[in-house]
Amino acid sequence: MPEAPSPAHGFPGRLLVFEGLDGSGKSTQAALLGKWLAAQGYRVFATEWNSSELVSNVIRRGKKKGLLTPTTFSLLHATDFADRFERRILPPLRAGYLVLCDRYAYTAFVRDAARGCDPKWVRTIYSFAPRPDLAFYFRVPVGTTLKRKLASRQKINYYEAGMDLGLADDVEESYRRFQSRLKREYDRIAAADRFTVIDSSRSVEEIQHALRDHIRPILENFPTGVALTRDG
Amino acid sequence: MPPGPLRGKLIVIEGADGSGRTTEVALLKERLEVDGHAVVDTGLRRSDLVSAEIDRAKQGHTLGAATMALLYSVDFADQMENKIVPALAAGSTVLADRYIYTLMARAVARGASRAWAQELYAFALRPELVVFLDARPEILLHRSIAKYGSLDYWESGMDLCLSRDLFESFFLYQDLLSREFAWMRERYAFRVVDANRAPEQVHAEVLKLVEPLYDGASRPPSPPRLTRPSSRAASG
Repeated sequence: MPEAPSPAHGFPGRLLVFEGLDGSGKSTQAALLGKWLAAQGYRVFATEWNSSELVSNVIRRGKKKGLLTPTTFSLLHATDFADRFERRILPPLRAGYLVLCDRYAYTAFVRDAARGCDPKWVRTIYSFAPRPDLAFYFRVPVGTTLKRKLASRQKINYYEAGMDLGLADDVEESYRRFQSRLKREYDRIAAADRFTVIDSSRSVEEIQHALRDHIRPILENFPTGVALTRDG
Repeated sequence: MPPGPLRGKLIVIEGADGSGRTTEVALLKERLEVDGHAVVDTGLRRSDLVSAEIDRAKQGHTLGAATMALLYSVDFADQMENKIVPALAAGSTVLADRYIYTLMARAVARGASRAWAQELYAFALRPELVVFLDARPEILLHRSIAKYGSLDYWESGMDLCLSRDLFESFFLYQDLLSREFAWMRERYAFRVVDANRAPEQVHAEVLKLVEPLYDGASRPPSPPRLTRPSSRAASG
């Protein structure tokens, strides 16, 4: 585990990160970009950060007993991320893959900040995670993500709505307020850490073309592999 | 976290496995209660939030170093916020059988930086007293064999692959840990007690460190005490 603040990784692979609110279209775009890269013969490794079994089990238990605090919630997610990082991100990065991460440590920075954790503390905890070579932020209005969610008849998750913070009794209203907090943090971090901001209101094709343009400099002098290996 | 308006006292007993911590915690708890203080004892891996996950991880030896360090921190944070702080707020003495220092030493022995480990536990309360029971590796070795009938895989740091030989790994690992504890002694104002001696002697010395904490604190009037002769004699 290196010292904070996270330095560049220096490994032969490249680390590409897709960040944004739920429903911002980042997963769709990451998958399309991975396809395109693989079709050109690059070694691509795609990984996503959603709640693992470990986290969901503990959260369910904690919620039942009303035990989770912002600190334990934050450390629990850090544990989960570390597991993914040590298992799924670091090895392919060292092996020279283009590692596509659907969510990275920034997801935690944003969520923990919205829950009132000290941002400096959170950053230090995640300092084992190196700076990505390229980070995309899919910027989208909160209203749009909520509409997408309701249209697809997905249930709004308790923590996704920040219900634990008591922002509002109504789930939709709480979701709107909590996600707005996340968005404000994302906007701030995207500027401070010089993310490539993607306007999510454009069409899927337009966005994909833009991503392919943005990634070209990263691919300069980057070797293509013979065999393609998929996640799993 | 700075010491807040918490009325109780946080006392930590630290030391390697086999240094006599658990015995001392029991003796001290007994003594403090006899003196009229409410005592809540705590230790590592006692929160039911993630202890099942920790046990599973230890069984499978599957988690990376950062992951394991963080999993332990969840367990600690849970106890800090849901047990230690409320107990102190209620005016109880909290007696901790190990604290963040062991967790930090273990993390650093596994490759974390000291700065990272310190910041990770920045939310932990500063104890009023940290007693470090210092015992020679040979003593720890014999106590470990007496306790487990062998050497414990984790207390020998076998996951670090320092040596394939359990016996040799034990010494190498204890050496790594004691290097970390040595560095922490000054930084965290450890009061070091020679734990190569018998439990009664250790207890007598620990009491000398603990008693001043309660000077001026109101104690219930002392009727004839029913403490065991050894612990009375130990009070000096």
